[in-house]
Formats: sequence, C-alpha cells, structure tokens
Amino acid sequence: MAKSIDVSDLDIYYGDFKAVEGVNMTIRAKAVTAFIGPSGCGKSTFLRALNRMHEVIPGARVEGKVIVSGQSLYEPGIDPVAVRRQIGMVFQRPNPFPTMSIYENVLAGMRLNSKKISKSDADAIVERSLQGANLWTEVKDRLSKPGMGLSGGQQQRLCIARAIAVSPEVLLMDEPCSALDPISTSAIEDLIHELKSEYTIVIVTHNMQQAARVSDDTGFFNLKATGEPGHLVEFNPTNKMFTNPDEESTEAYISGRFG
Amino acid sequence: MTTTPLDHDFESVTAGLVQPQLPRWAAVLIGAMALAVAGLLTMVMGWSVVGGAILAGLLFVIGMPTWSRVVEGGRAAADRLATCLVWGAFVAVLVPLIWLVWLVLKNGLGAISLSFLNESMRGVVGEGGGIYHALMGTLLVTLAATVISVPIGLFTAIYLVEYGKGSRLARVTTFLVDVMTGIPSIVAGLFALALLVLIFGPAIRIGFGGSIALALLMIPTVVRSAEEMLRLVPSDLREASYALGVPKWRTIVKVVMPTAFGGIVTGIVLAISRVIGETAPLLIVAGATDSVNMNLFNGRMMTLPVYIFSQYSSPGVPAFGTDGPPPGYARAWGAALVLIGIVMILNLAARILQKIYAPKSDRRR
Repeated sequence: MAKSIDVSDLDIYYGDFKAVEGVNMTIRAKAVTAFIGPSGCGKSTFLRALNRMHEVIPGARVEGKVIVSGQSLYEPGIDPVAVRRQIGMVFQRPNPFPTMSIYENVLAGMRLNSKKISKSDADAIVERSLQGANLWTEVKDRLSKPGMGLSGGQQQRLCIARAIAVSPEVLLMDEPCSALDPISTSAIEDLIHELKSEYTIVIVTHNMQQAARVSDDTGFFNLKATGEPGHLVEFNPTNKMFTNPDEESTEAYISGRFG
Repeated sequence: MTTTPLDHDFESVTAGLVQPQLPRWAAVLIGAMALAVAGLLTMVMGWSVVGGAILAGLLFVIGMPTWSRVVEGGRAAADRLATCLVWGAFVAVLVPLIWLVWLVLKNGLGAISLSFLNESMRGVVGEGGGIYHALMGTLLVTLAATVISVPIGLFTAIYLVEYGKGSRLARVTTFLVDVMTGIPSIVAGLFALALLVLIFGPAIRIGFGGSIALALLMIPTVVRSAEEMLRLVPSDLREASYALGVPKWRTIVKVVMPTAFGGIVTGIVLAISRVIGETAPLLIVAGATDSVNMNLFNGRMMTLPVYIFSQYSSPGVPAFGTDGPPPGYARAWGAALVLIGIVMILNLAARILQKIYAPKSDRRR
C-alpha cells in the first residue's frame, strides 16, 4: 500500500549541468505533498527523479539516495521499469494514447505489459479506476470511443484513471491542472483529496492557492541565482508554510514579493 | 462650387480606398482573344496545335497583367501575373499526366482480355500471347524485395529515432542512407549480379537477384519515410507509457509503431511504387523469358517493365499476308496499362489502410 519516500542529499544532473542540489526531505505516506517555486528551479526534475523517469532524457543522472519503504531506488540492481510500476505519474499535458479507446486507455498499463486478465476483471478494473478518477458517470456509455475525443479536463482524469489502474503505491503529478480550466481544475483537486486516503501523492504546481488547498506538506524550491542549481529552501506542513514560514524568501515568494 | 474642408477630406479618403478594378469577364475576354490570335497565327503560319496552345498561353500571361497594370496599378498587376504563373505551372504538370493516362488507356485497353492476363509468351511468334508470366514475375520479385527491405528499413528507422539519438553511428547511418538514395538503379542491378556471381558462379539469372537490386533501391526510401513518421510521434506518449512501467521495447512496439502505422504504410507503398517500374536492374539480374517461372531461386524470370521493353524492341511481325503494326506493340501498351493499374491499386490500398489505422479521434485539438 501507500509508502513514504525518504530523500537524502539528492543531486540531479543533466550531463555536466547540475540542476538540483542537496535535497533532503521525507514525504509522508497517505498525504499530499506539494512543490512550489519559480520556473526552472528543478521541481519537475526532482519529481521525475522520484520514479526514475528522469533518466529517460539522455545524459541525465542522479547522485544521492531516494528510499521508498527501506528500498533505495538508485541501487545498481534496481530495475527502473519495476520502480515505475510502483510509482505512477500524471503529466502536465493530458496524453491519452491516440490509438486506443477510453476502455483500452485505462487498461493500457496491463495491456502494454501483456498481462493476461479476464474480461470480467478488466471490466472491474476499468470501472473502479474511472470511478476513482471521477470520470465513470461521464464516459460509462461511450467506453469504446477514442480517448482523444474527450475534453481536456476529462482527458487528464482519464490519465489519472490510467495511472491508478495499475494500483501504484505513489502517484506523482507534474502540474496536472496547468492546461485545464477552473472547473476541471476543481474536479481534479477534489479527486486528489479522495485519492489521498489510498495513495501517497506528490504534486508540482505553479498555483500557490492550489498548493494551499490540496496539500498537507509543502516544499519550496528556488534558485540561488540564474545558472546555479535549484535547491530546497524550506519543507514544512502547508499550514505553517502559508502562515508563518521559517525562511524570509519563502514568505516573499508566497506573498508575491519575489524579486 | 465651394467645398468645405470636411468634404474635401472625405473625398480624398474614399479616393484612396476605391481602386478601379478589371471587370469579371476580363479573364474570359483575354483568353478568347489570346486563343483567337494564336489560332489565326497557327493557321496562317502552319504551326502545330501544341505550338498554338503554348502561344495562346503566353499571350494570356502577357496580356492579363498588362491590362491590369494600366487599369488597376502595379500591385494588382503583380498579383495577376503570379496567379497566371501558378495556374500555368498547375496546367503544365497536369497536361502530361492526363495525356499519358489517356494514351495508355487508348492503346492498352484494346489489348487487355482474359487470355492476355492468363497466357504467357511461350511459343508465341505472331498474334496472341499474354503477360501472365511477367505479371507473376513482377508480383513475386517486388514482394520479395518488400520482404527484404521493410524489416531492414524499419529497424534502421527505429534505431535512428529511438536509440541512436545524436550518436556517431546514427549520424553515419543517416549519411549512408542519403548516399544510398542516389544509387542509380543500373548500379544496384550490377551489384546484385556481382553478388550472385560470387555465390553461384558466372552466368546466373534468377528472380531473387532482381529482388535484391530492388530492395537496395527501396531501403533508403523506407528508412527516410519511417524515420519521419516515428519522429512525429509525440514524446509525451512515450513518457506516458514509461510511467506505467512499460519497458522501452514494448513502448516502441505497442505505442509508437501503432501511432505511426498509417504513415509508415504509406511510405512503404510509395517505395514499392517507385521500384515496381524499374527495368534496368531486372533486365540484368532477373533476365527475360517467355515462359512462366514461379520460382524466385531458379531460372530467369520475366517482369512487366522488362516485358514492355522486349515487346517494343522486338515486336515480331504481323500474321502472314496481313498488314498492320507488329503485334508486340499492342502487348507492350497492354502491359503498361496493367503496370499503372497495379501502382494505382497499391496507392488506393495505402490510403484505405491509412484511414483505418489513423489515430482515432472525434476532434482535433
């Protein structure tokens, strides 16, 4: 079930360029952790390092430790594919598979891995996942229609359904609402609240109100200067972050006085 | 008459906006005049119809912008000239195509019959005979060439796009593929022959040699088109698949390839259309024969282009006592029509496949 993540002294590189430096934090299980910070400060890079999606980009590498329930993710023997099966991800832009129907999109995690599942199991998984993503009532009569035919917000919820269909332990979300209108955003935020009871959720957002609304813990990333690596400035419970932060720069950023 | 400053202003503004325009029937008038002048000159000077048509076109291209320049001004005249030139280019491309199809239909349709498609040339000296052996040869040789070149081309493209991004090997491969595009077909034929001679000894002629030569010509086209299509698949989809815990090779097979399927098939069909009419390499390696040979690996094999060539170069003589063109000419036209028909069917099939396998979507974002 849901797992906590311990990160210690994590440095992330793109080739020779150090993008993120010296991150230490503990992400609690069954809670929502939000990352905020200016563009280019390494929030998304850090998020992608948590399920080894980072290394999909040529030349990208990581130093330091990410430990998920006692298991270090960057040990030599660890298979990144197995890691990604346990730690799912939802991206900034909705990306349903264009060749597949809604039904097939939800089952993509099984089908693409050629897992044998019976028709009744498959139906059950599709219904459970779509209900989990608050999409079931909207699409239950057109499951065989292409996933690309849905609206942007529906597509994003379809992607969330696809991610939770493989029952991961952690769900990473990289600005899941930045391409969506306010109504779809609120639908996704409600969904995050519900998913919290079963999954550990980590979300990157540019919207500070969103971070305040959905998260239990918040991390603030910043750059020392342009060209310097990003680092974690402060990591605290969301209440404290938005009312009485430890650091001066956190308060400056949150209150909009950021230079 | 006195005008207030306001009236004056108003007039000058409208004068600036309203431009004199040629009447709508201007193009028709100029066209008719150009045709009349050209027709008259053609009759008087005794030129051919083609010469007259070209002259009429030239007169139109000169007349229309000149009139426009006088009435409408410089910018409109340039627009008219450009329009004339674009239409001229369109017609110049279309005329040979229609002419060719019409000519082949006119000369070829008469030759086509059930026996023409069903008989070989074995023992035929005068009238009669057919293209069965050449039709089967072309289908077999091209099929074998496709079987050889599609896997090689596709795997090369997958390497270039998915694995070799920016590596030295990928750059060298791309360069060599470009060089391969420029190989003259006769050289491909000689290469295939040399290869076979090395293996089987001198004086070898087999259909499979033709397939090797055609595959050499197909591979660069397949690589190029498949590469383009794979690159068009958004990397979002690959990441979505990786994030579901799908290994890279499965992602390529089950996400990237299906998304690019339509384009890849079109590329392959275009490559086939390009090589199916090749004559020189087949004449060298596959040879020519009058009988049916269904074995790619034994003996000479006739193909449609070579058939057309040999029927035209040695058309035979009309039956004794009758007059008329040699019987080979009609057979060559008939074979040409069949060849064009095959290419057209292939292209239609590709379009249909593309429609079926295109990424499903009710609307485009």
